[in-house]
Amino acid sequence: MNAMTSNVLDIAEELPGDAPIGRQAQPSITPPRRRRRLGLGEALAFGPLLGPGILLLYWCVFSYTGWLDPRILPAPWTTVATARDLIADGRLPTNLAVSAVRAAEGLVFGVIAGLAMALISGLSRLGGYMFDSLVQMKRSIPTLALIPLVILWLGIGEPMKVTVISLSVFIPIYLQTHNALRGTEIKYLELAETLNLSRWAFLRDIVLPGALPGFMLGLRFAVMGAWLALVVVEQLNATSGIGYMIDLARTYAQTDVIVVGLVVYALLGLCSDAAVRFAEARLIGWRKTLS
Amino acid sequence: MNAVVRVRGLVRNFTLKGVLNGVDLEIAQGEFVALLGRSGSGKSTLLRAIADLDTEAKGSGEIVAPSKLAVVFQDARLLPWKRVLENVTLGLTGPDVRARGLRALQEVELGTRDRSWPYELSGGEQQRVALARALVREPALLLADEPFGALDALTRLRMHALLKRLSQAHHPAVLLVTHDVDEAIELADRVVVLDDGRISATLDVRLPSAGPEREDAFADLRRQLLGLLGVEAELAGVR
Repeated sequence: MNAMTSNVLDIAEELPGDAPIGRQAQPSITPPRRRRRLGLGEALAFGPLLGPGILLLYWCVFSYTGWLDPRILPAPWTTVATARDLIADGRLPTNLAVSAVRAAEGLVFGVIAGLAMALISGLSRLGGYMFDSLVQMKRSIPTLALIPLVILWLGIGEPMKVTVISLSVFIPIYLQTHNALRGTEIKYLELAETLNLSRWAFLRDIVLPGALPGFMLGLRFAVMGAWLALVVVEQLNATSGIGYMIDLARTYAQTDVIVVGLVVYALLGLCSDAAVRFAEARLIGWRKTLS
Repeated sequence: MNAVVRVRGLVRNFTLKGVLNGVDLEIAQGEFVALLGRSGSGKSTLLRAIADLDTEAKGSGEIVAPSKLAVVFQDARLLPWKRVLENVTLGLTGPDVRARGLRALQEVELGTRDRSWPYELSGGEQQRVALARALVREPALLLADEPFGALDALTRLRMHALLKRLSQAHHPAVLLVTHDVDEAIELADRVVVLDDGRISATLDVRLPSAGPEREDAFADLRRQLLGLLGVEAELAGVR
């Protein structure tokens, strides 16, 4: 365009962001910003299934190609067929029910005991002096080492099994909850004092909700501990439960049944952990963290 | 004067932090006092002593202060696990707790945010909720420890106007600890300067309501206070 005649048109047509007509257009787009993102990136809907999915894929491929001897580890489809048989003749459901109930009882008793002791020791100086060292002492003794003593005291029936599971559950509950209670921030304590909160209101509105994330973490460890203790306890003189089913299969060299049992254990662990995480997300929706 | 707060000969010692060396201070009912001082002069120490929050301090002296007091800290200290309205009504007793809480939120212009979580609010908004929480219980004494220190300059100006309006509506005695001279002159009836562990000066703030006389009086007070704080007027620049 002719530079002279375009003067008026320049003014008329110059809009914010546009390059003025008649003059050399300035590049108005800067190179896209490249900020290094430090967060975890967006979560995918079924993301957590990726790990097990890949493992399953490996298993299928190795079994199919014959690289994996079926006597060492049965193929996935054999395992599924065996599982179907076990469900059909009722062995899997009954044993599963027994194991699940055992673990649940151990979990409930362990959580109650751990929570009660953590509240006493976490919320009072004297309580702490009484319980904390004792629990730290117990903590250094593996539950497995205590089994002979427990058998001596309680025999080999259900009470013994539930007690051993409770012992494994109560330690992480106690440790995490005690830590979370004692970790209540001073700034909230000061706030409570200036608001003249009663001791009960302070516990209910500040200490306990603040300690809830710690307790939930302890619960995840406790659930894991419950399953591990269950496996151990069911290897000893069990007459029912998944462990018994596996033990029996070992006697008869039924590898496929063993694998089914192990897969059941794994699924139980995975599902219960997911359940705790779900509860955690519902109860602690007020946090802004990486997840 | 009908004193709501009386402090006599207050001495406080810490190994590292501020030292108070015989502080005498009185605050009358409904009076707005600003406490100015350099960093480390002991302003927060004095406020915390009056708020009865210094259980670990060593010292002597006499403090008389109402038990019905409220503190606004520099960080808003909202409970992250409670929604905004529950934060405001924390520890509130009596009838119509919810209604009073909502009214307090409306006064700080956050009436629509009663169901929000604290993390959803900006710093200025959180501090406004903290103010609502303090004033909803109609305290006899409001202690504010550099409440606007963490906010940007624009938000701070809006908060000055808000605090002025609220204190005129509710008439608590107020002790505002601040390092901002303009804030002190704008809001207070009286400005005291803490220096070397003692109250070194007291200035009554009497400003004409508007116009160039007000600006002159303001500038004059500012000059005096900066001088008392040991800051040369030229260094402070022309505002």
